[in-house]
Amino acid sequence: MTQAFWTFIALVSHWRRHPVNFGALFVGLAIATALWSGVQALNEHARASYDRAASIFGAGGARSIVPTRGGSVSQDLFVKLRLAGWKVSPVLEGTVRIHGKRFRLIGIEPVTLPREAGVAVVAGEGALGAFLKPPGRMIVTPETLRELSAAESVAIVIDGGKTLPPIEALAAALPGALVVDIGVAQAVLNRPEQISRLIFKEPPSAVAPPLATVAGDALRLVPPREEESDIRRLTESFHLNLTAFGLLACLVGFFIVHAAFGLAFEQRLAMVRTMRAVGVSARTLIVAMLGELALLALVAGSAGVGAGYLLAAALLPDMAASLDGLYGARVAGQLALDPMWWISGLGIAVIGSLVAAGGGLFKAFYLPVLMAAQPFAWRQVQQKFLWRRSVLGALGIAAFLVAHFYGKGLYAAFGMIAGLLLGAALLLPLLLDGVLRLGEKYASQPLAQWFWADCRQQLPGLSLALMALLLALSTNVGVGAMVEGFRKTFTQWLDERLVAEVYFEVAGNAETQQIEAWLEKRPEVSAILPMSKIKIRLGGWPVDIVGMKPHETYRNHFPMLSETGDAWGELQRGEGALVSEQLARRLDLALGSTLDVPAADGQWRVRIAGIFPDYGNPKGQLRIDIDRLMRLWPETPRMGYSLRTAPKAVPELIDALQTEFGQQISQISDQAAIKNLSMRIFERTFAVTAALNLLTLLVAGIALLANFLTLGNVRLAQLAPVWAVGVSRMRLAQLEFLRVLLLAAVTSAFALPLGLALAWQLVAVVNVQAFGWRLPFHVFPAQLGQTVALALLTAAAAAIWPIIRFVRITPAALAKVFANER
Amino acid sequence: MSVRHILFILVAVLAPLIRTASFADGFAGLGDEAKGFAVVTAGTPIIFPRDFGAHPGFRTEWWYLTANLEDSSGASYGIQWTLFRQASAPGKERKGWANQNVWMGHAAVTSGTEHLFAETFARGGVGQAGVTAEPFAAWIDDWRFATRDDAPGAGLARMTVSANGADFRYTLDLAAEGSIVLHGKDGFSLKSDDGRASYYFSQPFFKVDGVLVIRGREVKVSGLGWMDREWSSQPLTATEKGWDWFSLHFSNGEKLMVFRLRDETTRGFSAGTWIGADGTPQALDRDDSVLKPLSEMTLAGRILPGRWRLQVRSHGLDIETTMVNPDSWMATRFSYWEGPIGFRGTHQGKGYLEMTGY
Repeated sequence: MTQAFWTFIALVSHWRRHPVNFGALFVGLAIATALWSGVQALNEHARASYDRAASIFGAGGARSIVPTRGGSVSQDLFVKLRLAGWKVSPVLEGTVRIHGKRFRLIGIEPVTLPREAGVAVVAGEGALGAFLKPPGRMIVTPETLRELSAAESVAIVIDGGKTLPPIEALAAALPGALVVDIGVAQAVLNRPEQISRLIFKEPPSAVAPPLATVAGDALRLVPPREEESDIRRLTESFHLNLTAFGLLACLVGFFIVHAAFGLAFEQRLAMVRTMRAVGVSARTLIVAMLGELALLALVAGSAGVGAGYLLAAALLPDMAASLDGLYGARVAGQLALDPMWWISGLGIAVIGSLVAAGGGLFKAFYLPVLMAAQPFAWRQVQQKFLWRRSVLGALGIAAFLVAHFYGKGLYAAFGMIAGLLLGAALLLPLLLDGVLRLGEKYASQPLAQWFWADCRQQLPGLSLALMALLLALSTNVGVGAMVEGFRKTFTQWLDERLVAEVYFEVAGNAETQQIEAWLEKRPEVSAILPMSKIKIRLGGWPVDIVGMKPHETYRNHFPMLSETGDAWGELQRGEGALVSEQLARRLDLALGSTLDVPAADGQWRVRIAGIFPDYGNPKGQLRIDIDRLMRLWPETPRMGYSLRTAPKAVPELIDALQTEFGQQISQISDQAAIKNLSMRIFERTFAVTAALNLLTLLVAGIALLANFLTLGNVRLAQLAPVWAVGVSRMRLAQLEFLRVLLLAAVTSAFALPLGLALAWQLVAVVNVQAFGWRLPFHVFPAQLGQTVALALLTAAAAAIWPIIRFVRITPAALAKVFANER
Repeated sequence: MSVRHILFILVAVLAPLIRTASFADGFAGLGDEAKGFAVVTAGTPIIFPRDFGAHPGFRTEWWYLTANLEDSSGASYGIQWTLFRQASAPGKERKGWANQNVWMGHAAVTSGTEHLFAETFARGGVGQAGVTAEPFAAWIDDWRFATRDDAPGAGLARMTVSANGADFRYTLDLAAEGSIVLHGKDGFSLKSDDGRASYYFSQPFFKVDGVLVIRGREVKVSGLGWMDREWSSQPLTATEKGWDWFSLHFSNGEKLMVFRLRDETTRGFSAGTWIGADGTPQALDRDDSVLKPLSEMTLAGRILPGRWRLQVRSHGLDIETTMVNPDSWMATRFSYWEGPIGFRGTHQGKGYLEMTGY
């Protein structure tokens, strides 16, 4: 025990003499843990929020019954079901706008609500009474209260003039939702005696008739977990993307650990040899090294987990905004984490560092006691590792190819990316070696020959940092190309899709005729394009059926991926439908194929006349003629309008509409505002990706710096002879700098094609698997140039300090190298 | 039936509505809270069929049926069917979800070895629960107590009742073999020395036939049923802790309803009605009857009376009761004991016992 302790102390003393190496190891480990646990924190937090949101309807095994054709149904069905022995509780969900912001309003009936579902909302002495007794209560989370910019007990007036009940904030309430009594919800949403969902926990009584006997085909029992799975399924790909990024960043961090520990091992070879020689057993040595590693992993891991928390907290607003914008999924604004999260973060640090340092430990165990610790010997061993690594790299590439040709689904797509990146990274030293060998071959002058040979000699020590750089750069290229490509496609698509100048929604069905009549009399309005929408399910997937007028505006502008010769004619005749790319892929629909849609009176068969891109929409969409929609689903409200008018008439028209109809219209906005909003959601979605991307590059930079610094001392032994034969320190420093730039340039040259391959994987494979739509593949030369410049800059920045140190070194110190040679 | 349910209905679902924090101080405010509700006054005539129906002007009321039944082997069963209405605010009944009534239903089946029960709740104004006077129907969900379809206009004379829970259900026919009985003074039933009261009448002469299904096992049963109707707005004093209530069918066709309200500070309040075989009621003076627990039992963590001694001096009654199933605890959201009993002594027969506030 004492021996192990003193061995441990002797080992640890190394770090005191090499603080920079220690710093690199510590920072690498901390960053790897931080990136991984930060991303996991975001994922966990979002999932916990979904579960809470789903819990009002699905907690404790509660089930839902919903209108078969979406929307809402008469509450008579609720009463009928109760009288038939179904223990259901009615719910009405809808959206209200407060100061222009949308909020989900949920009307519940607390007396029949299954206890498990309701307790969180209406619990405690007096709560039920206060909730039911006019004016009632509106239950929100403290975060929603802040979002509302209101105080407790205040009764908010929504856009449109109706007043909500006084607010009560409860931590256990639903994130992002305003919960009120169902009677209040019906009044506020202008849907008297309507319900949108029935929930129940107890099974219907033994004598109760089946659902269809009571409600015909108006209602549908939601299969268990469909509710939860909807939001989970829709957001799963988003979280998988985040996880992949976290993993990649974490991997780069562990490269640092591997490199730093490997170098530390190399530097300590003499010490280890001495200790073995004076009788320290290999076992004791390993125990001491393991203890050292575990302690380091715990300390650095703790710092990393803390940093991960801060990272997650910093990225949370962007993530919450994009989840809300893309999926309508509300995520609480306050990070609350399970203790398991902290423990698993530390676990990753310990396991990761063990794996990263495993090679060193293994070598220490089998080290012959009197092995000469010479760089040349080390290089020979490394040469063997180089080949071993290359074989692994080839296997990675092979795995990529296998996944490419045989894999299916998102995980296969990520597996493909992992195989490609790791394979390429592991092959990098071999490729670099090849390039340097070529250089060596064609070099004629002695100094140039030395330069190339020395580069090759340096390669094993630098290869890990260069691999990290390669990964960071190619990710940068790949993700950059994807984001830029998306921005380009999305902007163009928005321009085509949003051709009308004014958009608004109407509060109720009764007002639509009045508004249409008014609009028809306005000379500046050249076209009135109504739109109505119902929600259904096709193949278990949520789908919106949108009714539109096949107007010239759409015929000329509506973006399509493919269409039949007379797509708009088919649409107008009610024979054809346009299907979104996502839905077409999901249901395997092609032009001309037919689709059966459950309508109010049986199945409706429609032909696919066109497929259109619907970027960013997690749901499927089917577009049909609006008159056909009204015939098929007569109770559908006409909810939205697009207006064509001269751009300069827009502000005046909006003002006039608002003055004339006030609260009857909502969400009125012009084209520019909608484009702005869409672009903002887009930017925030990629803000998280961009931040992780940048961090990965930063980590690679740190890895390089750490390597150069730790190699500095070893370099002296190699540079001193060259200096001794007459090459000046300045010249040597220039060559050192050139060497760094050369290696970085070659690495980035490999990173570019790799990055483009990654970009292609992302847009053509991952995106299709994750979101159901494919992006056109674009190459942005300027961006590529930027990346190369960034690589050189990173390498130069990392190399400059060690080189300055070298320039300033005294000749005496260089001369000493010969005296001190091991 | 008596005041028995007022207490628990108030503390129960609706306690939050009136913000009663505890038994001790909560009920003191009832008098004030009742402001705006109709007041129970002596001399108000009870009119049928109007008074079979609901009385929205009053704060609380109930429709209550219990029955002592036997199967072909002579084994004893009991059933309970109850519908309570409670208003949170006085005034005209509001339409839809704004309606101020909350309804609560309790149902139970008791045998010598089992006591199965269920409860359900409903808001007024939408049709999930309610009562109509003519033709009479009281319902909540698929539980129903109503005049039979094949006897329209029969009022309470020909009835059917059904209810179900997770492990039981029943459907019974009821035929009244005697007249409706008004308690107290022509239906004005005093509940305290300071004049709190309710309107209260019963139909204790039901002959009952039907089928119980207990855990899937069908049992054909027949026996005697007792229906209570009671409504009020401010029936209890602050210090009344609970009550013990009996309804008894004697083998000679006579009936007895007797209750005592337990008061912490006073000797309490008791009253009852002796009902002749021809339906003639005789209100019992408060000193005429003695209700005395003879043994105690522990149930659901509480101590309750087991056997009782009942005396009514004016009719020479002196009996000792036994429970068909001592485990007849209604572990509903607001719990109490309710179950069939037998008795022996000067009189023979069977009946129902309710004990609350233990």
